Amino acid sequence: MSLTEILWKRMVLGIGTLIFVSVLVFLGTEILPGDVAHAILGQGATPELLEQIRERLGLNEPLHVRYWVWLTNFITGDFGTSLANGADIGTEITRRASNTIILALCTAIIAVPLAIALGLAAAVKPGGLVDRAITSTSLALISFPDFLVAVVLVTIFAIKLRWLPAIASIRPSYDLVDWIRILILPVMGLTFTILAHMVRMTRSAVLNVLTSPAIEMAILKGVPRRRLLLRHALPNALGPIINVVALNLAYLISGVVVIETLFNFPGLGRYMVEAVTNRDVPIVQTCAMIFCSFYVLLNMTADILSIIANPRVRYKK
Amino acid sequence: MTPGTRTWQGELREALSDLTPGVTLCLLFLIAVFMIGAFAPWIAPYGEGEILTNDSFLPPNSQMWLGSDYLGRDVLSRLIYGVRITLFLALIITFLSFFAGVFLGFLAAAFGGRADSWMSRVNDALLSFPALMLALIVINSLGSSFVVLVFTIAFIDMTRVFRVARALAVNIMVMDYVEAAVVRGEGKGWIIWHEVLPNALTPLAAEFGIRFTYAILFISALSFLGLGVQPPQSDLGVMVKENMQAILWGEYTTLYPAFGIALIAISMNVFVDWLLQRSSAKLPDEI
Amino acid sequence: MRDTSQNDPAGDPLLKVRGLDVSVRDKKGREFKIVDGISFDVQPGEVIALIGESGSGKTTISLGCMGYTRPGCHITAGSVHLGGTNVLEQSLPRLQELRGKEITYVAQSAAASFNGAMTIDAQVTEIPVITGAMSREEALAKAARLYSDLELPDPENIGKRYPHQVSGGQLQRLMAAMAMISDPRLLILDEPTTALDVTTQIEVLHSFKKLIRDNNTAAIYVTHDLSLVAQVADHILVLKDGQMVEYGPTEQIISDPQHDYTKALMAAAHLMPEEIHAPPAATAEDAPLLQVRNVTAGYGPAQEIIALRDIDLTIHAGETVGVIGESGSGKTTLGRLISGLMGAKQGGVYLDGQQLQHTVSQRSRDELRQIQFAFQMADVALNPRQRLNKILSRPMMFYRGLSQREATKEAARLLERVGLPTDFAWRFPPELSGGQRQRVNLARALAAQPRLIICDEITSALDTIVAQQILDLLEDLQDELGLSYMFITHDIATVSKISERIAVMRHGRIVAQGPVDQVLQPPCHEYTQLLLNSVPEMRTDWLDEAVVERRKLVAALDNA
Repeated sequence: MSLTEILWKRMVLGIGTLIFVSVLVFLGTEILPGDVAHAILGQGATPELLEQIRERLGLNEPLHVRYWVWLTNFITGDFGTSLANGADIGTEITRRASNTIILALCTAIIAVPLAIALGLAAAVKPGGLVDRAITSTSLALISFPDFLVAVVLVTIFAIKLRWLPAIASIRPSYDLVDWIRILILPVMGLTFTILAHMVRMTRSAVLNVLTSPAIEMAILKGVPRRRLLLRHALPNALGPIINVVALNLAYLISGVVVIETLFNFPGLGRYMVEAVTNRDVPIVQTCAMIFCSFYVLLNMTADILSIIANPRVRYKK
Repeated sequence: MTPGTRTWQGELREALSDLTPGVTLCLLFLIAVFMIGAFAPWIAPYGEGEILTNDSFLPPNSQMWLGSDYLGRDVLSRLIYGVRITLFLALIITFLSFFAGVFLGFLAAAFGGRADSWMSRVNDALLSFPALMLALIVINSLGSSFVVLVFTIAFIDMTRVFRVARALAVNIMVMDYVEAAVVRGEGKGWIIWHEVLPNALTPLAAEFGIRFTYAILFISALSFLGLGVQPPQSDLGVMVKENMQAILWGEYTTLYPAFGIALIAISMNVFVDWLLQRSSAKLPDEI
Repeated sequence: MRDTSQNDPAGDPLLKVRGLDVSVRDKKGREFKIVDGISFDVQPGEVIALIGESGSGKTTISLGCMGYTRPGCHITAGSVHLGGTNVLEQSLPRLQELRGKEITYVAQSAAASFNGAMTIDAQVTEIPVITGAMSREEALAKAARLYSDLELPDPENIGKRYPHQVSGGQLQRLMAAMAMISDPRLLILDEPTTALDVTTQIEVLHSFKKLIRDNNTAAIYVTHDLSLVAQVADHILVLKDGQMVEYGPTEQIISDPQHDYTKALMAAAHLMPEEIHAPPAATAEDAPLLQVRNVTAGYGPAQEIIALRDIDLTIHAGETVGVIGESGSGKTTLGRLISGLMGAKQGGVYLDGQQLQHTVSQRSRDELRQIQFAFQMADVALNPRQRLNKILSRPMMFYRGLSQREATKEAARLLERVGLPTDFAWRFPPELSGGQRQRVNLARALAAQPRLIICDEITSALDTIVAQQILDLLEDLQDELGLSYMFITHDIATVSKISERIAVMRHGRIVAQGPVDQVLQPPCHEYTQLLLNSVPEMRTDWLDEAVVERRKLVAALDNA
């Protein structure tokens, strides 16, 4: 198989996965007992009212028709209206998604280079002081619940020192400085939730390469240390590292949901949690689809990049 | 290799002599925590929901060693009951996911071929779903109860266990000693039970620890979001959520349960790390 | 130890190793010496061979000469002088200079030791280019010259490829080019031909020999194979468990070994027997025990990747049939097919004239019992979590319906029969040595009371002396129990000693078969001749002749 064929295959698989995910999201939210009509009416449901609502929402149509309508609407950007207050979901999503993207992007920009640097530093001298410090700290960090670091940060920086706000609500009048002030704590909290895993996995990926016979050969050839790491080890570690990074950016999803809730940050994650609490099905569906698509696309990109990074695939026999 | 034969007593003695002080500490802590969970009603100084004072977030004092919570209940007692519920849920979840995941994973590996490739494909598809999203969707539809939580998280965990168990079994199935049993004419059941399982036990034990930690963190996160354990019952995650205001009062009430979760998870992870290093067993690449 | 080398007082040695100790620290921090008090010299232009079995410390010593130890090991005593400098006292940057230019290394597995992410040229020319010793163009020109000296095809362009695009034998030679590009004073070759097929091996060995001779480079040649080393080495250092056993000129070690261990090594060397005995004529007239008739088989869902073509093979009761071939010849596939691990696309396997079903699950237990399979690697063929008692008693209970109590008794007898203490029954396989495990592996096959044992390369992973003991055991058992063996191997020397009949396989076909004396006696099939030609002889001029002969045979085979 040529490189392009492999890549095509991976992309088709990605699209297939997206379809599977959409089916699951739809089924999970629509056919499980809590009927949408019930959810809207709550306690005051009479059979006539239920029937009316079902008719209006198209709930009496066969399942596959409803799925198709829902999917095409989703793809064309028509997310429907909130069951709770009838507001258009599209406008709310756009506002909140951009907030979440800013939060996630800031985290990724800080966490990824930091994690790779720390992972490399640990792997270069396994068993050394730096390695032991990094491995044991990261072992502790992966055991922390997502909210722990954030709670501690808030206690220190917002309550004790009063340097930063504990709540990250956003006003339209905010300028860059205000944005930075409110973002610092959530970004720090989020960074810690994904950093530790990324460091540990980068370390083991690099270590795996560094203990290979090819590296031993390079040492025995007298290749200077710097070149050994950059020219010999890094290209071989690149594929695994890309995978590590993608895998851990996927952790951002659960991290974002927890951190946004904790800081009252008006993003997609908190929007979804509130919707689940209120059983606001259209919002849950939309948010779930957005998060899941992000996850699937991220994994696909990582696979494609690491396929390209592998010389064995790039240069066929 | 030392002469003589290996017995389980001998192995245990050897394992104990390999314990480092750090690992011993973690192990003792875990045992203590499990005892506390098991005997919570006898250990806790006050009842779980007993309101003792009108004052929220009292600092630690001689009556209430960790102070009072937002309703004036004893934080220490609630912490003890919270540990009980957290551990109880996590244990059931992990056992369920293990029984299902290991069973199906071994089955897939033993039969191979089309059965295996279909099971793996479905499992991969499920793995392409972020765990939290799956949980949120189910909770949205069914509401949150112990049963829903246990089965949802166990299901999510099962997909991970399946992958690990299958990969382990596939690696063992290609060993010549399995082929020797195949060519002898042994049935699948004998091969799984006598050839595969004994060689998968240590890595599976490590995986159990990892999944147990994961279950604790996952329930805590859901409870923290208000979508896990529902008050008046409370696990450690709920305690963190309901006492968040304490931060504004400058009290540390919310940190106790949060650190409780972290300490249990750290101890478990340290133990698992030691187990893996000692046996130099490797888990297949997995988060 | 006995130093029989005549020290040449005239010239200073190029490399002087004195009292080298290397230790390894186990998990609990205890130290173990794995190399103990090694001293030897390498004169300029001379090749010294380090010979020993696995665990003898030969690789550790050769790496120590470069001032390098594997993780976990460290040099605890001794000195290594290259010219005037003590390699062990150099700073890291100085050591890097030494390693790149003065002492270079050719690793055992070139496939693993080349970096998959760089072209071959980039790796071969790396050191002279980054140290500024040559310009890139000069280095590339020199590399091409070396490729051509090493008789590599398309020397101008082969270096532009990536390692995975080149065959194993070529990679091994490319690695030698990498080692020679800086004109080193000392070249270390660590089992450079062990990973290769026998017929490729002599070609590569010949290139190395020519390279060393033409450049007048001194070399340390590390190997476990005494027969090969006679072709390249001037001095031989025999090692056992990290200690020197014997050290002397090649002629003396070969013709007049002093130490018992060296004698044992010599006796077990892979040489052709002086004379091949004709099998007793009677056996051929009995009714055949097992017949493979006109079998074609392959891999893939529809067996479309053909591994065996038109195979006919007969095994009589009480005889040993040797099946010889290189990797990919289909010899192991044939063994798996007979034992029912894979089915045939065409043709069939007959036991006592009755056709057997294709797969294990369709055969009766009694049919399965009669044909047993012994695997190559005893360390993975025995479940590490089962005691020997369980490993041995299971076939007895499974095939013969013995109770556990009876089986336990018989397992003890069986252990005794294969030369192991009876109390081993309560041990686990990892507590045994490699040779002991291979005995258990055989005992497990015997536990079924079979008539035929398919032995798949059962001696090739063992050190030569231990392998010889296993072969002796096989013969004893055959005499006592009237067993038949199908002996699958790549080693024509071994098979010629123990077989009555042999079959030579190439590309999935049997190219020659019959009584051992007829098949191996000239004139024989070109491929058989090629295999015979690849078995080393102790004459020092053998290699050059063999290479010439080899090229003729390969050309004839290619035209056929």
